[in-house]
Amino acid sequence: MIEVENLRVSFKLPGRVVEAVRGVDLRIAAGECVAIVGESGSGKSVTARSLVGLAGPSSTVTADKLEIDGADARGYTSRDWRRVRGRFAGLILQDALVSLDPLRTVGAEIGEVLRVHGIGDRRDRPQRIQQLLTDVHLPEPERRVRQHPHQLSGGLRQRALIASAIAGEPRLLIADEPTTALDTTVQAQILKLLAERRTAGEALLLISHDLAVVSRLADRILVMKDGRVVETGTTRRLLTASGHPYTKELIAAASGRRRVSDTEPGPVVAEASALRKVYADRTVVRGVDLTIHRGEIVGLVGESGSGKTTVAQLLFGLIEPTSGHVRFEGQQFSGVPERARRPLRRRLQFIAQDPLSAFDPRWTVRRIVGEALGRGEPVEPVLIRVGLDPDLLDRYPRQLSGGQRQRVAIARAVAPRPSLIICDEPVSALDVSVQAQVLDLLAEIRRDDGTALLFISHDLGVIRDLADRVLVMHDGRVVEQGPVQAVFDHAGHHYTRTLLAAVPKLEVPA
Amino acid sequence: MSVASAVLRRVAAGIVVLWAAATAAYLALLAAPGDMVDSIIGDGADTPQIRAEVIAEWRLDRPALVQYLDYLWRAVQGDLGRSYLLQRPVADVVGAQVWPTLKLAIAAAVFGSLLAVILAVAIRRPWARRFSSTAELVMVSTPPFLIGIVLLSVFSFQFGLFPVSGDRGFAALVLPAVTLGLPIAGLLAQVLRDGLDRALDEPFAVTARARGLRERSVLARHALRHALLPAVALAGWTFGVLIGGSVIIEQVFGRPGLGQVALQAVSAGDMPVVIAVVVLAATVFVVVNTLADLAGLLIDPRLRRS
Repeated sequence: MIEVENLRVSFKLPGRVVEAVRGVDLRIAAGECVAIVGESGSGKSVTARSLVGLAGPSSTVTADKLEIDGADARGYTSRDWRRVRGRFAGLILQDALVSLDPLRTVGAEIGEVLRVHGIGDRRDRPQRIQQLLTDVHLPEPERRVRQHPHQLSGGLRQRALIASAIAGEPRLLIADEPTTALDTTVQAQILKLLAERRTAGEALLLISHDLAVVSRLADRILVMKDGRVVETGTTRRLLTASGHPYTKELIAAASGRRRVSDTEPGPVVAEASALRKVYADRTVVRGVDLTIHRGEIVGLVGESGSGKTTVAQLLFGLIEPTSGHVRFEGQQFSGVPERARRPLRRRLQFIAQDPLSAFDPRWTVRRIVGEALGRGEPVEPVLIRVGLDPDLLDRYPRQLSGGQRQRVAIARAVAPRPSLIICDEPVSALDVSVQAQVLDLLAEIRRDDGTALLFISHDLGVIRDLADRVLVMHDGRVVEQGPVQAVFDHAGHHYTRTLLAAVPKLEVPA
Repeated sequence: MSVASAVLRRVAAGIVVLWAAATAAYLALLAAPGDMVDSIIGDGADTPQIRAEVIAEWRLDRPALVQYLDYLWRAVQGDLGRSYLLQRPVADVVGAQVWPTLKLAIAAAVFGSLLAVILAVAIRRPWARRFSSTAELVMVSTPPFLIGIVLLSVFSFQFGLFPVSGDRGFAALVLPAVTLGLPIAGLLAQVLRDGLDRALDEPFAVTARARGLRERSVLARHALRHALLPAVALAGWTFGVLIGGSVIIEQVFGRPGLGQVALQAVSAGDMPVVIAVVVLAATVFVVVNTLADLAGLLIDPRLRRS
């Protein structure tokens, strides 16, 4: 169905040419599921988009062979490509919140595919749209059709996006990181839906940074690095007998690794009792008790909307609890004026999911980290400590990679020698290989400084790799808590078991 | 539900602005040097009988608060008082001139917006864009009266295509509307083009292309709506500029209108007319801005929340 040999894509940027793809061979047979795995910047997305002629403006695509649906696509005009797009191949991008037009209804977005390719006539299109939404298991399709993307949850949005991608009955679905922005439980559901499409006869091209995500679905996997395919093979062979060190690295990252500590937890650093938070008519947090000791890493896990971020904000003193209170380093921290909290602020730090929006874009790394230090204290040792080259001191946040940025955020957090760092999904936006490095760094900081960490995540897998204790939150309550190993081995609450089942695992097909 | 409350909130805000404008105009009258009766009469005939009429109309024999509330109450009822200089009700003086100005402002707004959309949507090739942006910058930065004089000398004096002055028929409207509309077109085109470029870079534009849409359709069906949001937000402000600009343009093209009335009233110290013009301009401004806000709600469903 797709036969590509020696695909090369380069981008002309002001003053230089960037070679994103340097000679990739790719074959996809009808009904097959092929995955391309690699980190950001490896050229995997560009490769996939080249198959529908959407490598981007200012790109140059060449290939020895570029056969799409049996025809040579090398000389395709934009008109030829339009016949391929949506009809032969459907494209699913990462986050439906931005991949669906926020100003148009879900129904209009799906109907557009039908209209463009002249599928059905005006009168039966509404019915087709409903059917498509039913196919992707969107509940209440009659109501959803008239809703806008922002009115749907992340998982439902992704389902709507998939519905629009399959509306033209394509034989190939290209899914570029289809689950990366989603909670693990929702991620599992979307993967199941993609597996269903495959059973329905569509070939799948999956793009992901995480081997674990694709291993369940893919027949064959291509591992990409720096624009080249470093290894390719059946999923089974690649997972059991990989040859390339980079593949081994990806497998290790996807398998996860427990980072245990032999440090004994010290005195209590922070404690919250009977925390409740009510917004107008919604109770977001319903009675949460939490104690964190010195040198301890406590995991707080739950889906979006479970109230875990609100708990973090309450602990951090960003919002006041409706009832209950927070104590930090033995002093009252909630219900007191900010003036009373300020002397303690340096002892309590915060790391956000997206460091890019947590930094002033016009500040250099030196200024960002320097602000957290005392006057005259040098910045370099802190950077070296978090594994960053001091050469980066005068860079701006946007000039750094995702992993480097998160290291700067960690440097800023550890600089004032805090006793507690609250980390809200600190690795969720990172590639798995980079995730592992950041988790190593956090574990190291705990071991060396005895800093306590409250680690918030939707992914139990990450919590297992790092935390000593875990609290599972659901609907504003802590439904289960205990030492990580115990919770993993004998999950008592059915919700914990759902979360556990959703953790992506490397699955070697039989 | 939420849409209704959003609309109500904007209408309420508009009423507050109107009240503030009316009060500011009243305070200006109070602050004017000399006797309040003198300020109201201005350069008009000053007889004991007229003074008595003024005192009766403005309740100057009553406490200050009653004067103010009575003034507001008359304004709410649309009673604009009497011009003692022109010996006519203010409503007649202003009323006769509202339509020519409004006609000019609307014509300029329509011309400016259409030209802006055409420039931003149709001119997409790099070299053409560069040329167009430069032209837009010139349009924005040239004072309108200069554009007006140039247009007049070329199209009216040189070629005699349009009348030199007056307000007779459509032909007389063309040059003033173009004069006023060009700077607006320049500004809006830049805002629209920037919005289009941003929207076309968004992932949803990639998704739309991946469905097999033509680039033209991606532009018209997806990107344009996104680009309209900031442009519509500006439209309210633009109409304010138009009303202000028309004062000068009416002079250049010798057109009747509020501009002439305002100018004469200010120079002759005819305060009742000045106040009426201020309140009227504020009303138009509030109406246009409220409409622009509501158009924003219509375009972007995300704004309808809360």
